[in-house]
Amino acid sequence: MTAGSVGDGKSTLIGRLLHDAGVIYEDHLQALRKKAGREGDPLDFSLLTDGLKAEREQGITIDVAYRYFETSKRRFIVADTPGHEQYTRNMATGASTADLAIILVDARLGVLTQSKRHGFIASLLGVPRAVLAVNKMDLVGYNQEVFEKIRGEYATFAQRLGFAELRCIPVSAVHGDNVVTAGTRMPWFEGPALLPYLEEVYIASDANLVDFRFPIQRVVRPDGTFRGYSGTVASGVARPGEEVVALPSGQRTHIERIVTFTGDLPYCHATQSVTLTLADEVDAGRGDMLAHPRNVPRAVRSVEAMVVWMGNEPLAPGRTYIVKHTSRSVKASCATIAYRVDPNTLRQGHADELRLNDIGRVAFTMFNPLFVDEYRQNRTTGSFIVIDPASNETVGAGMIIARRAAHVRAGVAPASKDIAREVGHVTWQQREALLGQSPLTVWFTGLSGSGKSTLAKAIERRLVELGRPCFVLDGDNLRHGLNRDLDFSPEDRTENIRRAAEVARLMNDAGLIVISAFISPYRQDREDARGIVGAERFIEVHLSTDLATCEQRDPKGLYRKARSGALAQFTGISAPYERPQSADVSLDTAAVSIEAAVETLVERIMRGIISSRPR
Amino acid sequence: MGDVILAIMPTQQAEHYKLSLLDRLEAESIHIFREAAESQCAVMMYSVGKDSSVMLRLAQKAFHPGPIPFPLLHVDTAYKFPQMYEFRDRTCAELGLKLIVHRNEHAIRGNANPWDIGTVACCGQLKTQGLLGALSEGGFDMVIGGARREEERSRAKERIFSVRDEHGQWDPKSQRPELWSLYNTRIGPRETLRAFPLSNWTELDVWRYIEREAIAVVPLYFAEEREVVRRGGQLIPVGEKTRVLPGEKIERLLCRYRTLGCYPCTGALASSARGVDAIIAELEKATFSERITRVIDHDQDGSMEQKKREGYF
Ligand SMILES: Nc1nc2c(ncn2[C@@H]2O[C@H](COP(=O)(O)OP(=O)(O)O)[C@@H](O)[C@H]2O)c(=O)[nH]1
Repeated sequence: MTAGSVGDGKSTLIGRLLHDAGVIYEDHLQALRKKAGREGDPLDFSLLTDGLKAEREQGITIDVAYRYFETSKRRFIVADTPGHEQYTRNMATGASTADLAIILVDARLGVLTQSKRHGFIASLLGVPRAVLAVNKMDLVGYNQEVFEKIRGEYATFAQRLGFAELRCIPVSAVHGDNVVTAGTRMPWFEGPALLPYLEEVYIASDANLVDFRFPIQRVVRPDGTFRGYSGTVASGVARPGEEVVALPSGQRTHIERIVTFTGDLPYCHATQSVTLTLADEVDAGRGDMLAHPRNVPRAVRSVEAMVVWMGNEPLAPGRTYIVKHTSRSVKASCATIAYRVDPNTLRQGHADELRLNDIGRVAFTMFNPLFVDEYRQNRTTGSFIVIDPASNETVGAGMIIARRAAHVRAGVAPASKDIAREVGHVTWQQREALLGQSPLTVWFTGLSGSGKSTLAKAIERRLVELGRPCFVLDGDNLRHGLNRDLDFSPEDRTENIRRAAEVARLMNDAGLIVISAFISPYRQDREDARGIVGAERFIEVHLSTDLATCEQRDPKGLYRKARSGALAQFTGISAPYERPQSADVSLDTAAVSIEAAVETLVERIMRGIISSRPR
Repeated sequence: MGDVILAIMPTQQAEHYKLSLLDRLEAESIHIFREAAESQCAVMMYSVGKDSSVMLRLAQKAFHPGPIPFPLLHVDTAYKFPQMYEFRDRTCAELGLKLIVHRNEHAIRGNANPWDIGTVACCGQLKTQGLLGALSEGGFDMVIGGARREEERSRAKERIFSVRDEHGQWDPKSQRPELWSLYNTRIGPRETLRAFPLSNWTELDVWRYIEREAIAVVPLYFAEEREVVRRGGQLIPVGEKTRVLPGEKIERLLCRYRTLGCYPCTGALASSARGVDAIIAELEKATFSERITRVIDHDQDGSMEQKKREGYF
């Protein structure tokens, strides 16, 4: 049961799947029968796929291997990612292009840290769907309770991962139950078996069809008359006649033709490889990008990304690399490592460097701009690889996050290049010792009327009673002063939150506990706030009280005004609220009393401020 | 232990902005071709078989309306079927392609042949050495080949862009991770790259594409009555220099070739498939893998990985 080496039955499961689906060639089966020895011995299906045992003995390489099969309904490509030495690297590679991940657990062992790690990596790489295959059900007597317990435990954990769908299927790879057909031994299981599920599962087109992005791969100029730009449409749709802007030159023109070998197309869309001609000559070549002028990617000289490190030499701030993003390669240096994620616990911790198979949040500063989107919006313009310029090895894979606030984030350069950071003579350790606490920011988010201000004030009172220096940042109060120039448009809401987060950070630096009470409706803004304050001292508390309850409370009469149209852009009524997917604490004030909520939160804060955390 | 990751492709075209399986494969291959063409000095392997025919069409598409920006390279062993030479020369003339034919003349003069020195040594001299000779002569740093991952187990692990050291050797233990469609094409001074635009195609995809695009292939793929002898479970064609062993008798059989290599080492398949549609129907029901008719793969277990480490394509 050592992580990554002992079998949960993955190879057996794939072998069984291929065999029962009838897609194994006779010569491969014959080889299996030969290995089984005596007539009638059960076949070892694991040999069909990875042949790991055989290959290992012969010293043949174990690596991500791709298998192909098709049924009458679908074509499948199986990326078989061995769980051995290079686990994270292999899995990230397979997951980068996958539509679905199958995560295996051994029914006897239940949910192990590895099973969680697999789910985490799959979700990090943006795999939208996962199947938890609970294998070796034969060894637990096909017991429904065993299955339900594993399912419940994993489903709870996976809520934090944000899969669009997670399916749990009890199987026996060796005997074939619920692999291709249901079999008779688990009548209690009502869902489809694995293969029928895979054949039917709705694979939403991964492609983003909204934001037209066309990274130029090659300029075609066969003669003096034709000039075309070849590339693969990264996302979106485009038609002849539409206006486009070339990046970085900023020149605008129109698409003239969409040229292919078999004739011009009336439109082109994500994943197609085409050649565009433009109405006017523009200054553009490989590495540049075409987009619609009203919907452009961000031109950035610094990005923050979740990075999977694959190099033998660690990633460290100050080192220089080559970043390849779409068809563009630029020099880049690692600016900061915000944190490292422990893939087993998903906890964020301080890190000076990222080593082989580490995952962390990293800021890079580029020598030339890149045109990026966030990875969750665009898997093509949101991803990059990191290349070591000395060895030419691919040493990292990055998924871009926090596109809007990248420039305001701590550790990333301010607008004017001449501003350096002044370092004081008092360290944060000294301040913490002075006040006897490691400060935290408790960040409430929730609808108007969900109880943010009430709870914030009650907690402040309790903390003061306990002798803890603290301060409440209230949205309405800030809007009377610091934020008086802001309205409720999405941009200003974002700026409102950014300033609040900067203030919280300063107060934390000064040693105070901060309790902030802002609706903060946008997930991205809260993520940015977390980045500004610092993930290790940020507690996101979601007041999940439903709209109906809040509207009924309506302490300031605002819902009434909003309903009557007297108040525009009101969250919940005429402006969106994006629920947190991974709040640290979630409370429904319709279900718990104020006292109980205060108790819970104060206890949590007290735990946080006295345990000295690395920074 | 571990996970399985699946990429699922639609077999049938459903929605407006969705590509059919063949369109998706084609778009990916074109992308790879264009990426490969960025290198200083690229060349495309042309082995005259069905995969090469598909590669040729994809290359035309990738660079249209421009010409294919690199030459084709045929590593000739002198043991190819006569129909292959004829097809090769006609195709290149018709399309106006630049073709380099390279033979290991030294080995051919030394009478390298599979009957006397064995298939392993023969392949080593005529194909592997022939290829390496051709590459160093041409100074190519990017070699585009038609290998598919489905073909064989060691290929299943190969990257789409794969690095070779200065001796053309593959080190499967230190392959670069390859994520998304971001290919790392940077190499050191004496290293070279291989690119495989057909990595994700299956044999059936190739035939379905040949049918859809009406691509010409060597007639040897279609069933006809041919002279063969039965040897080691294979139907071995009787070519110019084939030695008929004692006890063997030449038969005329309705058969076709599923893969094309050198005639001494390519087995035929009893088949009545005279057209592309019949071949597709035959493959949809096929119970044996493609490489079963290749004599060389069976020489030793794991033989392909071994050969590839040494520089075989
Ligand atoms: N009883 C039982 N054994 C299984 C089952 N699936 C796999 N195994 C056994 O578990 C061991 C490891 O399987 P393998 O497929 O090699 O694991 P991998 O390392 O995850 O690929 C082998 O001895 C299998 O026969 C199952 O459903 N039931």
